[in-house]
Amino acid sequence: MWIKSSQLHEQDALAKEITPRAMFESRRVLLKGLTGAGLSLSAMGSNTAFAQSTPVTSNAPKALPLIGAHSNVAGAYVVEKATSQADASSYNNYYEFGTDKGDPVKNAHTLKTTPWSVQVEGLVKKPMKITLEDLLKVHPMEERIYRMRCVEGWSMVIPWVGYSMSELINKVEPLGNAKYVEFVSLADPKTMPFVGSGILDWPYTEGLRLDEAMHPLTLLTFGMYGEVLPNQSGAPVRLVVPWKYGFKSAKSIVKIRFVEKMPATAWNKAAANEYGFYSNVNPNVDHPRWSQATERRIGEDGLFAKKRKTLMFNGYEPQVGQLYAGMDLQKNF
Amino acid sequence: MRAWLLHRHAKKTLLLLCLLPFALLLYKVINDNLGPNPAEALIRATGDWSIRFLCIVLLVTPLKVLTHSPALIRFRRMIGVSVFAYVTLHLLCYAGFDMGFDLEDITKDILKRPFIWVGFLGWVFLSMLALTSTNAAIKWMGVTRWRRLHQLVYAVAVLAVVHFYWMKSAKHNFNEVIVYGSILGFLLFWRILAAFKAKFYSTHA
Repeated sequence: MWIKSSQLHEQDALAKEITPRAMFESRRVLLKGLTGAGLSLSAMGSNTAFAQSTPVTSNAPKALPLIGAHSNVAGAYVVEKATSQADASSYNNYYEFGTDKGDPVKNAHTLKTTPWSVQVEGLVKKPMKITLEDLLKVHPMEERIYRMRCVEGWSMVIPWVGYSMSELINKVEPLGNAKYVEFVSLADPKTMPFVGSGILDWPYTEGLRLDEAMHPLTLLTFGMYGEVLPNQSGAPVRLVVPWKYGFKSAKSIVKIRFVEKMPATAWNKAAANEYGFYSNVNPNVDHPRWSQATERRIGEDGLFAKKRKTLMFNGYEPQVGQLYAGMDLQKNF
Repeated sequence: MRAWLLHRHAKKTLLLLCLLPFALLLYKVINDNLGPNPAEALIRATGDWSIRFLCIVLLVTPLKVLTHSPALIRFRRMIGVSVFAYVTLHLLCYAGFDMGFDLEDITKDILKRPFIWVGFLGWVFLSMLALTSTNAAIKWMGVTRWRRLHQLVYAVAVLAVVHFYWMKSAKHNFNEVIVYGSILGFLLFWRILAAFKAKFYSTHA
């Protein structure tokens, strides 16, 4: 993807309002580097020389830059302080690499993200096996700053980079009887130490109703904080569904399947009474073992701060509320 | 070994050892060294140390019998009180950092969540044991009744494992639960076996 230099100033002006200063400034340098080097983002999968030659990435030496343009999607920008990149990339749930939140950052270096391709199959007119390079070119990258609420009761604000899942869905043209989309994560016991353990039924699978997957906020995500996703955050491609608990957003996706019946999902199979198919963030529906009314914002709510109130649909009710009109959310949790 | 156990500094050394995890946690709090979610880290760490001290205190009697070192019993009270201290810290961390010391919220939470009330009940039992941990209490209650009351520690062990199991079931990872559960299970089993043996010998003597 090319960012035209004429668009840059406008994007920067908008981005400045919601982006932490340091991040914004580093992005300016990045953009300069990008323009200067004449790089396209599709180089992400192969060009490692760039990361080594650019001075900007010195604080995260291996990460390649991935810049998203300003997004016009309603709800794309949360006006809240972004969680620090250090916290967001060291406090993760990615069970394939361990169940402690400090495990993925320690163990995920073994994940091999090149070459990578995603199989799109099932009830679509144009099934395809699409390489990461081609997937990156489906639509221009956008920046989205979303709240991320974990089912465990903590939250972050993360600047993601990607494009609406609907762009890919439109490309493969779902058939009339496609009602759900299933996402399958990589399950490679050679590189993922916990695949094969009895914790979950591998591969990790997740699912959305087709209209949820088509919602413009549902982001097919390739980067965060202006860089390609680190392995522990689900590189090289993951989903981000900001109004649902974090586990609904499948990581390291290798297969996207369009189906007629509600697909089985990993956590629902493990504990159906605790993790429903929808798993929308809802302060009024408690987890059987803990309340969901409040949450702790990582890095911000100190030891003695009272936890903050969790918002209906994680604050995305104006955008997504109508998807669930008339539905009993106590039953369809 | 015996000389070592009876050394006049032995108890002071043990006290320092018992305080060591607390000091380490305090150090981490002061230096903001508890990771991205310090509240969770503190609740977890105090819980971990609670169950570890519980394992240690229940190890004293079997160790005493198996190694024929009656002197070991001098240390049991201090370790037992440490269990209570760490569980109290654990409860305070939960009440403070998770619930913001809101008594109404805490009461609701305890009633609503079996995993919390199981833990809370364990603390109530332990506080009864801590309150009666003095020589005066033993004298006042009489040894037999005191012993019976202090057998509550076995119930505490079961509650602790249930509490831990429930907490870990969210993660579906029971490795640690299995480790602590086996240790505590083994220590309780040893006592049952010892009780049977004693009964057998007393009726067949």
